[in-house]
Amino acid sequence: MRHYGKKMFAAALAASLVAASLTGCGGTASSGSSAGSTGNTAASSGKGQVYYLNFKPEQADQFNAIAKAYTQKTGVSVKVQTAASGTYEQTLKSEMAKSDAPTIFICNGPVGYKTWGSYYADLTNADITKHLTNTSLALKDGNKIVGVPLAVEGYGIIYNQAIMNKYFKLDGAKAKSMDEINNFAKLKAVVEDMTAKKAKLGIKGVFASTSLKTGEDWRWQTHLANIPITYELQDNKTDIAAGVKEIKFKYSDEYKNIFDLYLNNSVTDKKMLGSKSVGDSTGEFALGQVAMVQNGSWVWSDISKTDGNVVGKDDIKFMPIYTGHSGEQDQGLCIGTENFACINTKASADDQKASIDFLNWLYTGEGMDYVTKGASDGGLGFIAPYDTFKGKSPDGPLAKQVVQWENNKKVKIVPWDFTCFPSQNFKNKFGAALLQYVQGQKTWSDVKNEVVKDWKSEAAATA
Amino acid sequence: MQRTLRKYWAVFTLPTLVCFILAFFIPFIMGFGLSFAKFTTIVDAKFVGFSNYIKAFSGDASFLSALGRSLIFTAACVVLINLFGFTLALLLTRKMRGTNVFRTIFFMPNLIGGIVLGYIWQLIFNGVLAKFNQTLTTDGKYGIIGLIILMCWQMTGYMMVIYIAGLQNVSPDLIEAAQIDGASAWQTLIHVKIPMVMPSITICMFMTLANSFKLFDQNLALTNGAPDDTSALVALDIFKTFYSRTGYEGVGQAKAVIFTIIVAVIAFVQLHATREKEVEN
Repeated sequence: MRHYGKKMFAAALAASLVAASLTGCGGTASSGSSAGSTGNTAASSGKGQVYYLNFKPEQADQFNAIAKAYTQKTGVSVKVQTAASGTYEQTLKSEMAKSDAPTIFICNGPVGYKTWGSYYADLTNADITKHLTNTSLALKDGNKIVGVPLAVEGYGIIYNQAIMNKYFKLDGAKAKSMDEINNFAKLKAVVEDMTAKKAKLGIKGVFASTSLKTGEDWRWQTHLANIPITYELQDNKTDIAAGVKEIKFKYSDEYKNIFDLYLNNSVTDKKMLGSKSVGDSTGEFALGQVAMVQNGSWVWSDISKTDGNVVGKDDIKFMPIYTGHSGEQDQGLCIGTENFACINTKASADDQKASIDFLNWLYTGEGMDYVTKGASDGGLGFIAPYDTFKGKSPDGPLAKQVVQWENNKKVKIVPWDFTCFPSQNFKNKFGAALLQYVQGQKTWSDVKNEVVKDWKSEAAATA
Repeated sequence: MQRTLRKYWAVFTLPTLVCFILAFFIPFIMGFGLSFAKFTTIVDAKFVGFSNYIKAFSGDASFLSALGRSLIFTAACVVLINLFGFTLALLLTRKMRGTNVFRTIFFMPNLIGGIVLGYIWQLIFNGVLAKFNQTLTTDGKYGIIGLIILMCWQMTGYMMVIYIAGLQNVSPDLIEAAQIDGASAWQTLIHVKIPMVMPSITICMFMTLANSFKLFDQNLALTNGAPDDTSALVALDIFKTFYSRTGYEGVGQAKAVIFTIIVAVIAFVQLHATREKEVEN
């Protein structure tokens, strides 16, 4: 009997070991997803569940709060997971392979659409789609709408009005107000003069660091590159939705104009830029060390959160990125979207419906306040391109500026055509070439040739 | 005892076996299969034959050059880490005050995760290079040399511990006998100690070789391949192929299979070569 007891004990021990090892495996597999989840799985099964894979790490807290509020209201479980900065595609790839895959995921435009071609649900008849102010903003496949924009965003050169005012008052200033700066030649004259007088202005450089660390170079290989390439595509009347097979990078010299201006009037020595991140540049601007930084409307939440921020809400303004293109005095900010919410058609019908309901609630229902409220109030501060938001403008000085520029009929906005850049690899290589140009290891014509060559080969590889 | 073992072997090996199958064997077989497929997620794969393997070598030269860099890096690491580790072990097996403290200190870097180490050393290197107005990204060589320094710093302590264990097992009788026969310290080392610690050397060589060749975290955190992937080792190249190129998931998988085969071959050859030199004690 005693012997038998021992046996039982051993068997039980072994079983518990096996069980422990099994849960051990299971635990590691799902630990990533529980990190950002709001953890409400108690919802009844008939209602469907929402799993939102968030693209914007800076808004992880807000999305979690929104999910919680929605669950409290409706009892539908909403799980939010946020991919770390720059890892959205890889997180999506691994999450999509799981049995409880994201039901709402973000697509960055026509190129992303190619990757996930068979995963998109048709949203043409969804409520949210009908409220779009302009269907050209949606992600389309032929006449079918497969993705709806979360927000319209804008970018340009952000400047600190307080520092500019100080400059305008100096003797021999090259301009007396921002209105005079409406082309590259004027911008260059002002910036170079400011660099010469930086001691008087109390700044360390005119522009913040041109961050070229890997993964931190998107302001140059994507945003800045958008301008010359958009002009080229417009010249050729190319339809970007079909994909662009090759480019000539016709206006590369205009890119070089502004890029060199950034480099030569920067707070940081050229040779050191390979170690600088976007966060560094935001910090330099927030601390008043520089007068200008190229970035977008989303950056206000980071600037306002910086310790020792000296930039006031009314001092932060946008100006278009002038590159020396003819007729650029009529150029506006770059305004568009690269965040399309898409529904995973491989999710169960209940889950798909629950996901669409969630988006409807957020953009056309009671959740709308969360969209427009500023980051400090727990909102997203989005400019939402839906007619339900008529008369509601977002909080946040930069978002307001974007709306102003958008409504300014004298200027033409530059669309976000970078959504047709052939692949992430293309952008990475572009960024690497820029870094080598900055470090003096490549000439500008090398960079230009590489961009043309890589575009062609990457577009062919992904077709 | 033998009989109980025969009866209850399952109790002891099953947990490990289940984990091994779930976490290693099944993914390995799946990965092998996926290297012949085109896919976006692993559940919607389409068979495409050998085209992934062809692309791995033709599409871009990045795989071959990364492989070359990995070989140089591994060679440097294996030699340096074992040299440092063994030297430290020799020093710390003498009867000196504070050997335990030093052993602990040298072992400690091994306890820090690779990503954290990568970022810490990035700060250190960039801080030093800033004096010369350069950064780690100025030249791909800097990244590789930096990685070698990092790996030496991290792995030396671990290898040292293994060597210490080996050296302490060398019977004092043998050393005494050698001394009586008039052997110098150097001769004792070469002809007595080293042959006696051959098992430790096998283990250390194997571990440094495998770890250096498969290095990923530190590479990702230190330079992420900058500039222009000239400091990317094989594992990072595979990762980048898989994740940053649409339609290249299968190619990444094919590269990973080739990589596995190379690692296995090198390891077996090396294991075989060092095993032959071992002395029974």
